[in-house]
Amino acid sequence: MSDHAIDHEHHGPAKGLMRWVLTTNHKDIGSMYMWFSFAMFLLGGSMAMVIRAELFQPGLQIVKPEFFNQMTTMHGLIMVFGAVMPAFVGLANWMIPMMIGAPDMALPRMNNWSFWILPFAFTLLISTLFMEGGGPNFGWTFYAPLSTDYAPPSTTFFVLSIHMMGVSSIMGAINVIATILNLRAPGMTLMKMPLFVWTWLITAYLLIAVMPVLAGAVTMVLMDIHFGTSFFNAGGGGDPVLFQHVFWFFGHPEVYIMILPAFGIISAIIPTFSRKPLFGYTSMVYAVASIAFLSFIVWAHHMFTVGIPLVGEVFFMYATMLIAVPTGVKVFNWVATMFKGSLTFETPMLFSIAFVVLFTIGGFSGLMLSIAPADFQYHDTYFVVAHFHYVLVPGAIFAIFAGVYYWLPKWTGHMYDTALSKVHFWMSFIGMNLTFFPMHFVGLAGMPRRIPDYNLQFADFNMVASIGGFMFGATQLLFLFIVIKCVKGGPKAEASPWEGAHGLEWVVPSPAPYHTFTTPPEVK
Amino acid sequence: MRLQARKYLTLIIGLLASPALWAEWAVNMPKGVTDLSHSIYNLHMTIFWITVVIGIVVFGVMFWSVIFHRKSRGAKASEFHESTLVEIIWTTIPFVILIGMAIPATKTLIEVYDADNADIDIKITGHQWKWQYEYLGEDVSFFSNLSTPREQFTNQRPKNPNYLLEVDEPMVVPIGKKIRFLVTGADVIHSWWVPELAVKKDAIPGFINESWAKINQPGVYRGQCAELCGKNHGFMPIVVDARPMDEYLAWLDEKREEVEKVRELTQKDWTMDELMERGEQVYNKVCSACHQVNGQGLPPMFPALKGAPVAVKRDQIGRHIEILLYGIKGSAMQSFKEQLNEVDMAAVITYERNAWGNNTGEVITPKDILDYKNNDAYTGQYTQAEEGEQ
Amino acid sequence: MALSPANKTIVKATATAVAMFAFVFWVMVPLYNVLCKVTGLNGKTDPVPYTAVPAAVDTSRTITVQFLATNNKGMNWDFKPSTYQIKIHPGEVGSLSFYVRNPGGKDMVGQAIPSVSPFQATDYLHKTECFCFTAQPLGAHEEKVMPLKIIVDQDLPKHINKLTLSYTLFDITGMDIKRTAGL
Repeated sequence: MSDHAIDHEHHGPAKGLMRWVLTTNHKDIGSMYMWFSFAMFLLGGSMAMVIRAELFQPGLQIVKPEFFNQMTTMHGLIMVFGAVMPAFVGLANWMIPMMIGAPDMALPRMNNWSFWILPFAFTLLISTLFMEGGGPNFGWTFYAPLSTDYAPPSTTFFVLSIHMMGVSSIMGAINVIATILNLRAPGMTLMKMPLFVWTWLITAYLLIAVMPVLAGAVTMVLMDIHFGTSFFNAGGGGDPVLFQHVFWFFGHPEVYIMILPAFGIISAIIPTFSRKPLFGYTSMVYAVASIAFLSFIVWAHHMFTVGIPLVGEVFFMYATMLIAVPTGVKVFNWVATMFKGSLTFETPMLFSIAFVVLFTIGGFSGLMLSIAPADFQYHDTYFVVAHFHYVLVPGAIFAIFAGVYYWLPKWTGHMYDTALSKVHFWMSFIGMNLTFFPMHFVGLAGMPRRIPDYNLQFADFNMVASIGGFMFGATQLLFLFIVIKCVKGGPKAEASPWEGAHGLEWVVPSPAPYHTFTTPPEVK
Repeated sequence: MRLQARKYLTLIIGLLASPALWAEWAVNMPKGVTDLSHSIYNLHMTIFWITVVIGIVVFGVMFWSVIFHRKSRGAKASEFHESTLVEIIWTTIPFVILIGMAIPATKTLIEVYDADNADIDIKITGHQWKWQYEYLGEDVSFFSNLSTPREQFTNQRPKNPNYLLEVDEPMVVPIGKKIRFLVTGADVIHSWWVPELAVKKDAIPGFINESWAKINQPGVYRGQCAELCGKNHGFMPIVVDARPMDEYLAWLDEKREEVEKVRELTQKDWTMDELMERGEQVYNKVCSACHQVNGQGLPPMFPALKGAPVAVKRDQIGRHIEILLYGIKGSAMQSFKEQLNEVDMAAVITYERNAWGNNTGEVITPKDILDYKNNDAYTGQYTQAEEGEQ
Repeated sequence: MALSPANKTIVKATATAVAMFAFVFWVMVPLYNVLCKVTGLNGKTDPVPYTAVPAAVDTSRTITVQFLATNNKGMNWDFKPSTYQIKIHPGEVGSLSFYVRNPGGKDMVGQAIPSVSPFQATDYLHKTECFCFTAQPLGAHEEKVMPLKIIVDQDLPKHINKLTLSYTLFDITGMDIKRTAGL
């Protein structure tokens, strides 16, 4: 595509439903991704509410164990593939072209496609809940043979929906790479790119590398179920442990796919509200790249208890511990950016500070988990649940909130209700900590994950966690209200509503016109 | 008013500081009862405190900035944005700390992996949803099922302190001996975990895994399956009963005697009522998880037994026994040949054929089961009676 | 046709994605199998019977070899070793047998999968005669005694004095076994 391929400049969007079905505009598609992701966040969240309601008290009261397992599985799948990933793709769609001075994404039609696959993929996934035998009940990690020989009949549809999500993600990633590598404005060298663009570039490479691996894993599951192969069936010469290797070879990079763009968002917001340039830009880029690299050689730390030879165990333990170094560099850089700045605490900054603190706590528990002998005690307990929710909720999700509150005036042209948004922050912050902090305790004390009922010694903390969970869940409706209110109206936002903000996205007016940078800006 | 508030504050702080409360609320990893579990606990605590110190330093600087470098206090932003020296320092220091952690961790790991020269070998097999323990060379083998009564999880009766962490037959082991656990699975992957022993090992179908423990003090140690293994993953606890060597040996003898006793019981003449009573116990323990207490099952995975042809038709008695003995291939129904002796099997079949309105009046005796095992056919009176009737 | 830079990027990225998918099937799976073989990772022993190399018996060491039999779910055969353990010197041939009986009225095919613990010992436990990795048909009510001869390698690491050979019996009746490695 040449730079002047878009010859119908400056016309507004089409009207009606077909605008959304046929759109190739990165802003439209970005918005659709964001709305879709929020819908999935609420759906996955309501499943979490079912889980927390069942665990509110010991005893089986609300759901049956088999349904409970479907809830934990679907909650994981929907949050990972439906909420967090599409939200980041939505932010990438909206912001990357504007940040690098491009008129649109490099492949606008494919962009439309990669979005519209998602609603179908998730409709299919959710429909399995209503099939005979129920939906997937083997955890989002679908370990064989529970997901092959012992799986419900709906597993075939689960596999198909994962394939669709994978295709969508890969297309999205190709688009991001093509856009960043080819559509940068003159003068926008790689080392001048905002960190959000950098982190997304690296994330896109991770996606291209590992989504096909997930596709391979589900294909093998499908073949084992229907085509008589024995990849994971020991009786036929296969090995159930192979599944775990393949899955985590995908799974560990996947968790970085969910956090690297968050690093990018935080690296944009903290300098803005510290009114000080980001400390150590270059080391930030290298840190992200080394985290991405390390993510490929640590997968077996999810499998310390399956029985890996000592040498392997030691290797994966050391490699995992190493991740603490680049991650530490990032945290130190953020803190150094704030140090001797001129700080103000608008909502995006509040979420970012919470991100740094709580993500670091999640990192600490991650470091503890990396110690193989101690992991024998932590593995598959609520300690792990606490750990990954600490890195995903205040990590990925708080960063998404921060990004939305940061760029919402740019998208809508209105300032949102700042008072309400601070209520949203504090309620989320308290709710989140109430939910997940006690999980460290019950996990250490011996409560395994994925159980619908528990011994009385875990009762108090579970009740606290459930109350926190309900609070966190309900608070997200407030977020919906704030966003709708902001879309509908509100005080007019300037082109650059934040005092300390830098970057091309703040050069264009608010709301950003339907087409931006049709003539590339000059970057000095 | 103030005083009141202060009183409450003191109370809360006092409560938080009281180790008794923390003990009751179980906030930390148990120290455990083996040398290895102590090393692991120490490792855990060391790393925990290291992260606390790092946290205090990092968050300290951050909150210093948040408090003193805020715009509302008139702070002016500096312009600095890099320093190679600082960056090298804060890459190197974590690296050194990590090495400091890696050394003790590796040492402990090597110990964990050394299961050689064990005094006792116990094979542990994970089944959906129970554990099987086989004492190698001792001729002792049994299944261990959850023993919490169903009324407790449906909240009809108060829960006891060991709710969901109690079994019908615990694994009894001696203290002061190195015990090697050989862990495997018979269907899906399970994971055998007892926190107090610091042992967690996955039970993988087709593969054998090993781990070990040398327990220092007698006691009852409880754990649970740690790998999602289907519907009743939360309901297959582990109980290890550690006893002095002589008591352990006595227990082994007792176990062997039990087998002998069952042999006698098999030869005994059973009445319908005796079988029904025993059958109900067995049914509620091993069958009701899937087929439900009311016999109505959870179709389609777990079919109903109430009114089912196999449980009411006289010409299907043989099939009824066969299914219980060998399971149904390709379904959730497993073989109970190993788990149930002739007496229990006869009792539960009699129960199933006469409970919930399946009033067939048929009595299946332990001898019938034994005959079936030897001849692969039901040779009891009812089959003959039926032929006569027709 | 010359590709524009953008198209080049797209082609490369797409090719990477396709290659990664192929990587799973044609690299990860075989690589894993090779790794298992070399390291004894999953305790799977060599399927090919060992041709005995006449070697000196190392009488300075005595190794305990234990035998386990497990029935996988749905397998109703009686299956057990003739003895639960033997003590042999490295280099010496130890023999025992496994007894199997198909108690049911149907012809069946079984498959015993071996696994050795600890893993490091896998490569040092040789079988000169064994029934592993071969499908074993048994007619209705048929029984069989399957002999097993083993040799523990003289090079068995010094810290290992006891090893366990476990067989899990799977029902593969009617299963069309496609070996994954050969895919």
